[in-house]
Amino acid sequence: MLSTEEISEIEMEAAHYPTRQAVCIDALKIVQRHRGWVSDESLHDIAAHLGMSATDLDSVATFYNLIFRKPVGRHVIMICDSVSCWMLGYDRMREYLCKRLGIGLGETTPDNRFTLLPIVCLGCCDRAPAMMVNDDLHTNLDSQKIDRTLETYQ
Amino acid sequence: MTSVAEKPLTQNMRPDGSAMDLGAYEQAGGYQAMRKVLHGGMTAKAVTNEVKEANLRGRGGAGFPTGVKWSFVPLGKDVPNPTYLVCNADEMEPGTFKDRLLMEQDPHQLIEGMIVSSFAIEADVAYIFLRGEYVLAAERLSRAIAEAYDAHYLGKNILGSDYSLELYLHLSGGRYMCGEETGLLNALEGKRANPRSKPPYPPVVGLFGKPTVVNNVETLCCVPHIINHGAAWFHALSLTQDSGTKLFGASGKVKRPGLWELPMGTTIREILEVHAGGMRDGVNFRGLLPGGVSTDFVTAEHLDTPMDFTAMEKIGSRLGTGTMIVLDDQTCPVGMTWNMMDFFARESCGWCTPCWSGLGWVERILKSMEDGRGQPGDLEKLASQAKMWGPGATFCALAPGAAEALESAMKHFRDDFERHIRDKRCPWR
Repeated sequence: MLSTEEISEIEMEAAHYPTRQAVCIDALKIVQRHRGWVSDESLHDIAAHLGMSATDLDSVATFYNLIFRKPVGRHVIMICDSVSCWMLGYDRMREYLCKRLGIGLGETTPDNRFTLLPIVCLGCCDRAPAMMVNDDLHTNLDSQKIDRTLETYQ
Repeated sequence: MTSVAEKPLTQNMRPDGSAMDLGAYEQAGGYQAMRKVLHGGMTAKAVTNEVKEANLRGRGGAGFPTGVKWSFVPLGKDVPNPTYLVCNADEMEPGTFKDRLLMEQDPHQLIEGMIVSSFAIEADVAYIFLRGEYVLAAERLSRAIAEAYDAHYLGKNILGSDYSLELYLHLSGGRYMCGEETGLLNALEGKRANPRSKPPYPPVVGLFGKPTVVNNVETLCCVPHIINHGAAWFHALSLTQDSGTKLFGASGKVKRPGLWELPMGTTIREILEVHAGGMRDGVNFRGLLPGGVSTDFVTAEHLDTPMDFTAMEKIGSRLGTGTMIVLDDQTCPVGMTWNMMDFFARESCGWCTPCWSGLGWVERILKSMEDGRGQPGDLEKLASQAKMWGPGATFCALAPGAAEALESAMKHFRDDFERHIRDKRCPWR
């Protein structure tokens, strides 16, 4: 069941578009913001609310990088692996993160604190290498900066 | 005229990186272009003509003349409503970081540009299609849009005129394909961002089947300045025939990576050596991608080329987004090419076979060369794949863009590719 709050947020966005389907990406993101990810149950609820088939909605949900169809940890790390970051130490930063967290890309730590995902160019190539943690951008990374940054996400 | 800095797009940027609010933007001369078109008796056609005469070319990378694009939109009372203006703020081209600055640090400039541009095409509704990762830009644009509504610069009968415009911010679900004009329109309709068959082109049949213009952030930000100061002034900003200023950038192992607003036609050498400070100590220049990963590599012999649409095409590359990615001699060109093809393969939407099939194949061949498993004949396979990517073989420019990077890398760094295969290892590892 979608919550009243989720429905009211979805309807606020829906007013911006002439069709119900057009708001489906916003709706997926709204539900994800409340619940962390989009479960099969949520997917069916959103589809029913918008008058779409669940299959159609899932084809959209699985297309977009920022919609999670699997559970994620409390904090999601997205590390940029595009060309400028790659040239300036992405491989080392990824290896360091994987070692420190004890997980690979696409995985979540056993304590459910962090999920580590790759992301394409974050648009701050002059401050490479870069990553996002949740909504926050962290740039000019090195191993010490990664250590300090991770400590602030409990 | 003399009061206008030669850096119109970045004149309001503050050293601390904060954004001007509505009051500060207006004090700096903001929203004068909007007043001029709404109260100064300019017709929609007159605005389009001014932009056409200014020869403003699309700053998203393709360089299509903006005024010409606008002129394809049917005008008048008989046009099926609504007409849409969409700002393409889905900045995801690797190596590109220019629109972020414009939106984070001067959101009202973009909003004013959108109001004036919407007026020119008689748009009823405008969207900013912003990539989801640009959280700060989203916050600042939301605040600025709210301010503009409060001041009655958006909504019904703007400033008492008979022109009305609604403007909404859409945050993307995230996919490179959303930056492609028609993929973006599908995404806004709540679909997968697959490209559409063209024609019909969006100015005639676009968003929800209605006339739609899609313009890049930097393009729209130029518009108020053209209206305020005129086409001749905009031409005079440039060093070459392609007019205006341009946000140029550099990343990679240069001394001072960054972003600078400079006259269109500033040479590659000046950007690289003066503004970016040249290469870091201990590394040497080998080549650069002038404007994102969908442009051809340029090498030392072409450093004195002016960075504009026309001159860059003449040397077999493209201006693209104008933010260059610099390759040095400590970085493996095969590894760099692999990284870019891996990007394209992952971000391919799966619609066209040469793209989804070919890119994955090329990515795996390059990875095997990097891992010491390259085979004789690999280079021929790569070349034949790139040939199948078009243009014309696919619905959009993703695969043709990938071909530009791949083919030019193989042309300029052929020895390095061959050495990987011959020595069965990457010499940089």
